[in-house]
Amino acid sequence: MERVPLERKVLSENDRIAAELRARFQEHGVLCLNLISSPGSGKTSLLERTLETLLRRDRVAVLTGDIQTENDAVRLKRFRFPVKQITTGGTCHLDARMIERHLADWKLEDLDLLLIENVGNLVCPSSYDLGEAAKIVVLSVTEGEDKPLKYPSIFFKSDLLVLNKIDLLPYVPFDIEAAAENARKVHPGMEIVKVSCLTGNGLHEWMMWLGERRRAHKSLVQQSAS
Amino acid sequence: MGIANSVLEAVRTEMRLHPGTYPCKVGVRIGEMAAIDQEALRFCFEAMIQETDLEALELGIEVCPRRHRCQVCGHEFVVRDYDSRCPQCASLQTTCISGDELELAYLEVEEYGASAVGTKSTQ
Repeated sequence: MERVPLERKVLSENDRIAAELRARFQEHGVLCLNLISSPGSGKTSLLERTLETLLRRDRVAVLTGDIQTENDAVRLKRFRFPVKQITTGGTCHLDARMIERHLADWKLEDLDLLLIENVGNLVCPSSYDLGEAAKIVVLSVTEGEDKPLKYPSIFFKSDLLVLNKIDLLPYVPFDIEAAAENARKVHPGMEIVKVSCLTGNGLHEWMMWLGERRRAHKSLVQQSAS
Repeated sequence: MGIANSVLEAVRTEMRLHPGTYPCKVGVRIGEMAAIDQEALRFCFEAMIQETDLEALELGIEVCPRRHRCQVCGHEFVVRDYDSRCPQCASLQTTCISGDELELAYLEVEEYGASAVGTKSTQ
Protein backbone atom coordinates (compact mmCIF):
# COMPACT_ATOMS: atom_id res chain seq x y z
CA MET A 1 0.00 0.00 0.00
CA GLU A 2 1.34 3.39 -0.93
CA ARG A 3 -0.11 6.72 0.14
CA VAL A 4 0.26 9.45 -2.49
CA PRO A 5 -0.20 13.02 -1.29
CA LEU A 6 -2.61 14.95 -3.53
CA GLU A 7 -2.73 18.36 -1.82
CA ARG A 8 -4.95 20.23 -4.19
CA LYS A 9 -8.46 21.59 -4.16
CA VAL A 10 -11.30 19.27 -5.02
CA LEU A 11 -12.64 21.91 -7.40
CA SER A 12 -9.25 22.83 -8.82
CA GLU A 13 -10.52 22.62 -12.41
CA ASN A 14 -13.38 24.99 -11.61
CA ASP A 15 -10.97 27.28 -9.75
CA ARG A 16 -8.60 27.32 -12.72
CA ILE A 17 -11.36 28.50 -15.08
CA ALA A 18 -12.59 31.00 -12.47
CA ALA A 19 -9.09 32.45 -12.18
CA GLU A 20 -8.96 32.85 -15.97
CA LEU A 21 -12.34 34.59 -15.94
CA ARG A 22 -11.22 36.86 -13.11
CA ALA A 23 -8.12 37.84 -15.07
CA ARG A 24 -10.26 38.59 -18.14
CA PHE A 25 -12.70 40.67 -16.08
CA GLN A 26 -9.76 42.56 -14.63
CA GLU A 27 -8.19 43.12 -18.04
CA HIS A 28 -11.41 44.60 -19.43
CA GLY A 29 -12.40 46.45 -16.28
CA VAL A 30 -15.58 44.43 -15.74
CA LEU A 31 -16.98 44.27 -12.21
CA CYS A 32 -18.56 40.84 -11.81
CA LEU A 33 -20.99 40.17 -8.95
CA ASN A 34 -22.50 36.79 -8.04
CA LEU A 35 -25.98 36.93 -6.44
CA ILE A 36 -26.91 33.96 -4.29
CA SER A 37 -30.01 33.15 -2.20
CA SER A 38 -32.63 30.50 -1.49
CA PRO A 39 -35.30 30.11 -4.17
CA GLY A 40 -37.80 32.95 -3.93
CA SER A 41 -35.78 35.43 -1.87
CA GLY A 42 -35.94 38.00 -4.63
CA LYS A 43 -32.75 37.86 -6.68
CA THR A 44 -34.60 38.41 -9.94
CA SER A 45 -36.70 41.21 -8.43
CA LEU A 46 -33.57 42.91 -7.14
CA LEU A 47 -32.04 42.67 -10.60
CA GLU A 48 -35.23 44.06 -12.18
CA ARG A 49 -35.14 47.07 -9.88
CA THR A 50 -31.44 47.50 -10.52
CA LEU A 51 -31.68 47.36 -14.31
CA GLU A 52 -34.64 49.73 -14.19
CA THR A 53 -32.48 52.28 -12.37
CA LEU A 54 -29.31 51.90 -14.44
CA LEU A 55 -28.72 53.96 -17.54
CA ARG A 56 -27.97 52.88 -21.08
CA ARG A 57 -24.39 54.06 -20.74
CA ASP A 58 -23.90 51.78 -17.74
CA ARG A 59 -22.89 48.89 -20.00
CA VAL A 60 -24.40 46.11 -17.89
CA ALA A 61 -25.08 42.49 -18.74
CA VAL A 62 -26.80 39.72 -16.81
CA LEU A 63 -26.36 35.96 -16.70
CA THR A 64 -29.21 34.28 -14.90
CA GLY A 65 -29.13 30.65 -13.80
CA ASP A 66 -31.99 28.24 -13.27
CA ILE A 67 -32.46 24.51 -13.37
CA GLN A 68 -35.25 24.83 -15.92
CA THR A 69 -37.13 27.55 -17.91
CA GLU A 70 -36.14 30.83 -19.50
CA ASN A 71 -38.58 32.74 -17.28
CA ASP A 72 -36.03 34.90 -15.49
CA ALA A 73 -34.28 35.92 -18.69
CA VAL A 74 -37.66 36.90 -20.18
CA ARG A 75 -38.35 39.08 -17.11
CA LEU A 76 -34.93 40.72 -17.27
CA LYS A 77 -34.76 41.27 -21.04
CA ARG A 78 -37.48 43.95 -20.78
CA PHE A 79 -34.82 46.41 -19.68
CA ARG A 80 -32.92 46.08 -22.96
CA PHE A 81 -29.58 45.15 -21.48
CA PRO A 82 -27.92 41.96 -22.72
CA VAL A 83 -29.34 39.03 -20.72
CA LYS A 84 -28.65 35.34 -21.10
CA GLN A 85 -30.31 32.44 -19.35
CA ILE A 86 -28.13 29.58 -18.16
CA THR A 87 -30.30 26.50 -17.84
CA THR A 88 -28.36 23.94 -15.82
CA GLY A 89 -30.71 21.03 -16.55
CA GLY A 90 -30.62 19.71 -13.00
CA THR A 91 -27.44 21.07 -11.51
CA CYS A 92 -28.16 23.09 -8.37
CA HIS A 93 -25.46 25.75 -8.89
CA LEU A 94 -23.56 27.59 -11.60
CA ASP A 95 -19.93 26.69 -12.22
CA ALA A 96 -17.13 28.62 -13.88
CA ARG A 97 -17.32 26.63 -17.11
CA MET A 98 -20.98 27.59 -17.58
CA ILE A 99 -20.04 31.24 -17.20
CA GLU A 100 -17.15 30.89 -19.65
CA ARG A 101 -19.41 29.22 -22.21
CA HIS A 102 -22.19 31.76 -21.93
CA LEU A 103 -19.81 34.71 -22.18
CA ALA A 104 -18.31 33.37 -25.40
CA ASP A 105 -20.24 35.62 -27.77
CA TRP A 106 -20.20 38.76 -25.62
CA LYS A 107 -17.35 41.22 -25.90
CA LEU A 108 -16.07 41.97 -22.42
CA GLU A 109 -14.64 45.28 -23.62
CA ASP A 110 -18.24 46.42 -24.13
CA LEU A 111 -19.12 45.78 -20.47
CA ASP A 112 -18.49 47.49 -17.15
CA LEU A 113 -20.72 45.39 -14.94
CA LEU A 114 -21.67 41.72 -15.13
CA LEU A 115 -24.38 40.55 -12.76
CA ILE A 116 -24.73 36.82 -12.27
CA GLU A 117 -27.89 35.42 -10.71
CA ASN A 118 -27.03 31.99 -9.35
CA VAL A 119 -29.47 29.08 -9.06
CA GLY A 120 -31.67 29.44 -5.96
CA ASN A 121 -29.71 27.49 -3.35
CA LEU A 122 -27.75 28.58 -0.29
CA VAL A 123 -25.41 25.60 -0.19
CA CYS A 124 -23.61 24.50 -3.36
CA PRO A 125 -23.19 27.92 -5.05
CA SER A 126 -20.94 28.92 -2.17
CA SER A 127 -18.35 26.29 -3.21
CA TYR A 128 -18.10 27.31 -6.87
CA ASP A 129 -15.97 30.33 -7.68
CA LEU A 130 -17.26 32.03 -10.83
CA GLY A 131 -14.45 34.56 -11.10
CA GLU A 132 -16.61 37.22 -9.44
CA ALA A 133 -15.22 40.22 -7.56
CA ALA A 134 -17.78 39.63 -4.82
CA LYS A 135 -20.62 37.38 -3.79
CA ILE A 136 -23.84 38.96 -2.58
CA VAL A 137 -26.31 36.97 -0.50
CA VAL A 138 -30.02 37.84 -0.50
CA LEU A 139 -32.20 36.84 2.45
CA SER A 140 -35.88 37.69 2.66
CA VAL A 141 -37.86 38.38 5.82
CA THR A 142 -40.22 35.48 5.13
CA GLU A 143 -37.32 33.14 5.89
CA GLY A 144 -35.82 32.48 9.33
CA GLU A 145 -33.53 35.03 10.96
CA ASP A 146 -31.24 32.11 11.93
CA LYS A 147 -30.42 31.33 8.30
CA PRO A 148 -26.91 32.82 8.58
CA LEU A 149 -26.20 30.34 11.37
CA LYS A 150 -27.69 27.42 9.46
CA TYR A 151 -25.89 28.19 6.21
CA PRO A 152 -22.75 29.95 7.46
CA SER A 153 -20.58 29.34 4.42
CA ILE A 154 -22.41 31.62 2.04
CA PHE A 155 -22.78 34.40 4.61
CA PHE A 156 -19.11 34.06 5.45
CA LYS A 157 -18.05 34.32 1.81
CA SER A 158 -20.39 37.13 0.74
CA ASP A 159 -19.37 40.77 0.93
CA LEU A 160 -22.92 42.06 1.23
CA LEU A 161 -26.18 40.84 2.73
CA VAL A 162 -29.33 42.19 1.09
CA LEU A 163 -32.28 41.76 3.44
CA ASN A 164 -35.24 41.81 1.08
CA LYS A 165 -39.04 42.12 1.39
CA ILE A 166 -38.87 44.51 4.35
CA ASP A 167 -42.35 45.75 3.36
CA LEU A 168 -43.60 42.46 4.90
CA LEU A 169 -41.98 43.09 8.30
CA PRO A 170 -45.25 44.13 9.99
CA TYR A 171 -46.86 40.85 8.99
CA VAL A 172 -44.16 38.30 9.77
CA PRO A 173 -42.41 37.35 13.02
CA PHE A 174 -38.98 38.17 11.62
CA ASP A 175 -36.52 39.91 13.92
CA ILE A 176 -34.44 41.92 11.47
CA GLU A 177 -31.90 42.99 14.09
CA ALA A 178 -31.36 39.35 15.13
CA ALA A 179 -30.87 38.43 11.46
CA ALA A 180 -28.23 41.15 11.08
CA GLU A 181 -26.58 40.08 14.31
CA ASN A 182 -26.48 36.43 13.18
CA ALA A 183 -24.96 37.43 9.85
CA ARG A 184 -22.25 39.40 11.66
CA LYS A 185 -21.61 36.52 14.04
CA VAL A 186 -20.68 34.41 11.03
CA HIS A 187 -19.04 37.28 9.16
CA PRO A 188 -17.88 40.04 11.49
CA GLY A 189 -18.32 43.48 9.95
CA MET A 190 -20.53 42.21 7.10
CA GLU A 191 -22.18 45.00 5.12
CA ILE A 192 -25.98 44.86 5.15
CA VAL A 193 -28.67 46.71 3.20
CA LYS A 194 -32.39 46.40 3.89
CA VAL A 195 -34.64 46.70 0.87
CA SER A 196 -38.10 46.13 -0.49
CA CYS A 197 -38.10 45.44 -4.20
CA LEU A 198 -41.86 45.93 -4.12
CA THR A 199 -42.03 49.42 -2.61
CA GLY A 200 -38.51 50.51 -3.55
CA ASN A 201 -37.68 51.20 0.07
CA GLY A 202 -33.93 50.90 0.75
CA LEU A 203 -33.04 50.45 -2.90
CA HIS A 204 -31.15 53.72 -2.78
CA GLU A 205 -28.71 52.16 -0.26
CA TRP A 206 -28.28 49.14 -2.51
CA MET A 207 -27.56 51.34 -5.54
CA MET A 208 -25.12 53.38 -3.42
CA TRP A 209 -23.29 50.18 -2.46
CA LEU A 210 -23.21 49.10 -6.10
CA GLY A 211 -21.97 52.53 -7.23
CA GLU A 212 -19.28 52.53 -4.57
CA ARG A 213 -18.14 49.06 -5.64
CA ARG A 214 -18.05 50.12 -9.28
CA ARG A 215 -15.95 53.19 -8.51
CA ALA A 216 -13.55 51.20 -6.31
CA HIS A 217 -13.20 48.54 -8.99
CA LYS A 218 -12.56 51.12 -11.68
CA SER A 219 -9.77 52.79 -9.73
CA LEU A 220 -8.26 49.40 -8.92
CA VAL A 221 -8.24 48.45 -12.60
CA GLN A 222 -6.75 51.83 -13.56
CA GLN A 223 -4.05 51.47 -10.91
CA SER A 224 -3.01 48.02 -12.07
CA ALA A 225 -3.02 49.20 -15.70
CA SER A 226 -0.72 52.16 -15.05
CA MET B 1 -22.99 15.18 -6.51
CA GLY B 2 -20.73 17.65 -8.32
CA ILE B 3 -18.19 17.48 -5.51
CA ALA B 4 -18.25 13.65 -5.47
CA ASN B 5 -17.78 13.67 -9.22
CA SER B 6 -14.82 16.03 -8.95
CA VAL B 7 -13.20 13.77 -6.36
CA LEU B 8 -13.61 10.74 -8.63
CA GLU B 9 -12.29 12.66 -11.63
CA ALA B 10 -9.22 13.60 -9.62
CA VAL B 11 -8.73 9.95 -8.62
CA ARG B 12 -8.90 8.86 -12.26
CA THR B 13 -6.48 11.58 -13.33
CA GLU B 14 -4.03 10.67 -10.57
CA MET B 15 -4.24 6.95 -11.36
CA ARG B 16 -2.75 7.57 -14.80
CA LEU B 17 0.48 8.42 -12.99
CA HIS B 18 0.52 5.10 -11.14
CA PRO B 19 0.34 2.28 -13.69
CA GLY B 20 0.07 -1.23 -12.31
CA THR B 21 -1.81 -0.12 -9.22
CA TYR B 22 -5.42 0.39 -8.24
CA PRO B 23 -6.84 2.98 -5.81
CA CYS B 24 -8.05 1.84 -2.37
CA LYS B 25 -8.85 5.02 -0.55
CA VAL B 26 -9.07 8.72 -1.28
CA GLY B 27 -8.78 11.25 1.53
CA VAL B 28 -10.46 14.66 1.47
CA ARG B 29 -10.32 17.57 3.89
CA ILE B 30 -13.52 19.50 4.45
CA GLY B 31 -13.73 22.69 6.44
CA GLU B 32 -16.78 23.17 8.62
CA MET B 33 -17.45 26.40 6.70
CA ALA B 34 -17.21 24.71 3.31
CA ALA B 35 -20.96 24.02 3.06
CA ILE B 36 -20.39 20.34 2.41
CA ASP B 37 -22.54 17.83 4.21
CA GLN B 38 -20.40 14.79 4.94
CA GLU B 39 -23.23 12.31 4.78
CA ALA B 40 -24.53 13.71 1.50
CA LEU B 41 -21.04 13.57 0.01
CA ARG B 42 -20.58 9.99 1.16
CA PHE B 43 -23.97 9.01 -0.22
CA CYS B 44 -23.24 10.55 -3.64
CA PHE B 45 -19.76 9.06 -3.68
CA GLU B 46 -21.05 5.54 -2.93
CA ALA B 47 -23.80 5.90 -5.54
CA MET B 48 -21.36 7.02 -8.21
CA ILE B 49 -18.80 4.25 -7.74
CA GLN B 50 -21.33 1.42 -7.77
CA GLU B 51 -20.76 -1.01 -10.60
CA THR B 52 -17.69 0.86 -11.81
CA ASP B 53 -14.00 0.00 -11.71
CA LEU B 54 -13.76 2.17 -8.57
CA GLU B 55 -16.38 0.21 -6.65
CA ALA B 56 -13.95 -0.76 -3.85
CA LEU B 57 -12.71 2.79 -3.36
CA GLU B 58 -13.06 4.11 0.17
CA LEU B 59 -13.66 7.74 1.03
CA GLY B 60 -11.82 9.21 4.01
CA ILE B 61 -13.13 12.53 5.31
CA GLU B 62 -11.21 14.79 7.66
CA VAL B 63 -13.22 17.69 9.03
CA CYS B 64 -11.28 20.90 9.66
CA PRO B 65 -12.59 23.36 12.24
CA ARG B 66 -12.79 27.10 11.67
CA ARG B 67 -9.59 28.66 12.99
CA HIS B 68 -8.87 32.33 13.56
CA ARG B 69 -5.69 34.27 14.24
CA CYS B 70 -5.80 37.25 16.58
CA GLN B 71 -4.50 40.40 14.92
CA VAL B 72 -3.52 41.84 18.28
CA CYS B 73 -1.66 39.05 20.06
CA GLY B 74 -1.16 36.53 17.24
CA HIS B 75 -2.87 33.71 19.10
CA GLU B 76 -4.46 31.03 16.89
CA PHE B 77 -7.61 29.31 18.08
CA VAL B 78 -10.60 27.20 17.07
CA VAL B 79 -13.85 29.16 16.74
CA ARG B 80 -16.80 27.52 18.46
CA ASP B 81 -20.41 28.68 18.29
CA TYR B 82 -19.39 31.58 16.05
CA ASP B 83 -17.53 33.19 18.91
CA SER B 84 -14.55 34.73 17.10
CA ARG B 85 -13.24 36.65 20.13
CA CYS B 86 -9.62 35.85 20.98
CA PRO B 87 -9.63 33.61 24.08
CA GLN B 88 -6.23 34.97 25.10
CA CYS B 89 -6.64 38.76 24.89
CA ALA B 90 -10.41 39.11 24.22
CA SER B 91 -9.82 41.12 21.05
CA LEU B 92 -12.51 40.98 18.39
CA GLN B 93 -9.98 41.71 15.67
CA THR B 94 -9.36 38.19 14.48
CA THR B 95 -9.13 36.81 10.97
CA CYS B 96 -10.13 33.46 9.63
CA ILE B 97 -7.14 31.32 8.63
CA SER B 98 -8.84 28.00 7.90
CA GLY B 99 -12.16 26.23 7.91
CA ASP B 100 -13.35 26.46 4.33
CA GLU B 101 -11.15 23.68 2.95
CA LEU B 102 -12.42 21.46 0.19
CA GLU B 103 -9.23 19.65 -0.62
CA LEU B 104 -7.92 16.34 -1.82
CA ALA B 105 -5.43 15.14 0.77
CA TYR B 106 -4.14 11.75 -0.38
CA LEU B 107 -4.76 8.65 -2.43
CA GLU B 108 -3.85 5.15 -1.27
CA VAL B 109 -2.90 2.83 -4.08
CA GLU B 110 -2.10 -0.88 -4.10
CA GLU B 111 -0.14 -2.84 -6.66
CA TYR B 112 -2.11 -5.37 -8.66
CA GLY B 113 -1.34 -8.89 -7.47
CA ALA B 114 -0.78 -7.81 -3.86
CA SER B 115 -2.62 -9.90 -1.28
CA ALA B 116 -6.40 -9.64 -1.53
CA VAL B 117 -6.48 -9.09 2.22
CA GLY B 118 -5.88 -5.43 2.82
CA THR B 119 -7.41 -4.19 -0.43
CA LYS B 120 -9.66 -2.24 1.86
CA SER B 121 -7.92 0.08 4.24
CA THR B 122 -8.66 -0.65 7.86
CA GLN B 123 -8.91 3.01 8.79
